[in-house]
Amino acid sequence: MVKRVVHVMLPACGIVLGLAGWYLASVAVPDLPSPARTWEESKLYILEPLTKRGETDQGIVLLAYYSLLRVARGFLLGIAIATPLGFLLGVSKTLTRMFDPIMQVLRPISPLAWLPLGLILFRSSEPAALFAIAVCSMWPTVINTMMGVRAIPQDYWNVAKVLRLSRTTTFLRIIVPATLPYMFTGYRLSLGIAWLVIVASEMLTGTPGVGGFLWQEYNSLVYAHILLAILTIGVVGLTLDRLMGLAEARLRAI
Amino acid sequence: MSIIELRGVSKSYSTAAGIKPVLRNASLTVEDGEFVSIVGAMGSGKTTLLSIAAGLLPADAGDVWAGGEPLREIRRDGAFVFQNYSLLPWFSALENVRLAVDAAFPTLSRDDQRRAATEALERVGLGNAVQRRPSQLSGGMRQRVAIARALATKPRVLFLDEPFGALDALTRETLQQELARLCSDGERTVTTLMITNSVEEAILLSDRIIPMLPGPPATLGVPIAVPLPRPRTVADLARQEEATRVRAHVVATLTAAMKDRAPVGSAFSRTGEAREDISRAGDRFGRTSLASAEES
Repeated sequence: MVKRVVHVMLPACGIVLGLAGWYLASVAVPDLPSPARTWEESKLYILEPLTKRGETDQGIVLLAYYSLLRVARGFLLGIAIATPLGFLLGVSKTLTRMFDPIMQVLRPISPLAWLPLGLILFRSSEPAALFAIAVCSMWPTVINTMMGVRAIPQDYWNVAKVLRLSRTTTFLRIIVPATLPYMFTGYRLSLGIAWLVIVASEMLTGTPGVGGFLWQEYNSLVYAHILLAILTIGVVGLTLDRLMGLAEARLRAI
Repeated sequence: MSIIELRGVSKSYSTAAGIKPVLRNASLTVEDGEFVSIVGAMGSGKTTLLSIAAGLLPADAGDVWAGGEPLREIRRDGAFVFQNYSLLPWFSALENVRLAVDAAFPTLSRDDQRRAATEALERVGLGNAVQRRPSQLSGGMRQRVAIARALATKPRVLFLDEPFGALDALTRETLQQELARLCSDGERTVTTLMITNSVEEAILLSDRIIPMLPGPPATLGVPIAVPLPRPRTVADLARQEEATRVRAHVVATLTAAMKDRAPVGSAFSRTGEAREDISRAGDRFGRTSLASAEES
């Protein structure tokens, strides 16, 4: 019983302390809205989360939905490229040697750097955003899938060999199931990155969504809404991570 | 015509420390329907030999024949049982077996494959556990699934790589009996080549025992016949004089080979391990048999 109270109390204390810090910061910096003012100015967006008043003036759930849709498309594009690439690199040492240097160079590039390139390539903001999300978020999936294939125990390869399984059967019945938990770890990390990239790409392209809203409200000097957007991004990101974590745990339980 | 024939087979592995010879000039034959065991200490190259005989691994030198034909790739009429079961954990027992049936008989319908897999599992006494996953089965049950998987492909030759090594003593005994029954019942006897480090197990199951004389590189000793009536039980073997004689012969051959090349102070070397294994085996069968073997 005591343990359970502590379990609930400690995070609550943390939140209260965080809010107190926020409040103190808002006293020190007059432009920073206090928690109370943020709530006051944001409650319309939260209490009417699905209302559309204008292109960027929409309920927070609606805005998050646009961003999530964009993230989903970019993320799916990313893992659609990354998963097969990971399998190939996992199976072939030659390919790994060939592409490892390129991967190492491309991996640390910020989404802000990819976005202009996307705009040049596709001449339109939406595909450019997807491009940036895909290209930034794919690496954890590539690397984890590759590791997963390499970590397949010799026993399973022996099974494939002594049963004389065809290449397709070996791939579908042994390599994929054995790699699945690793793949999902990759997907979880990739989704986290995709969600990070969304804000940057929406800011630069000015498309409606949480990131676009954040940038627009900064330009309109409505600072409370920046904080609203930041908190929304955090909560959505956490939820995504937890959901992927659940899926991953289920796979690992096998 | 021999089902399995190896003539003067040698094999080395190249490691970071240089070339390591594993097998030298190994020859053996297994006739149709025979159960032959290769007995030797752990790490003496038994698995290498079995892999070469099955076509999983190419030999460096020498000839490998399968039913009168030179063997170039993995045997199509062979099946394997490994020490560590090697079941796929994401499939049920039934699916594990069906995967083998599918690979061996791709023209069968899915239903027929399932039926064949179910039958194979029923024959090893797992008729009511077909839907369970390996993680839900005990070690003995897992190895039963592995045996069912091997036999479901209706192999002509069965290769057993220390099949009972990971099981507790009681389970091991039951499964050994089951295997003896499964290998010999039905319309034809499955030719079997087993490797093991248990002399007792080899005597219980085999028609002939080939001692593996440790190296490196290891060589094969002269085959020792096991002229005992079947079915055999562990209890019978403890009483029968003939069994005692065979046991003594095998242990003596292996022990002599160890002594010949036992380097001083190499308790942690391969040979050291091997020596310990064999002397433990000697203990189990009683000092007398070991002593009498050395006298003869």
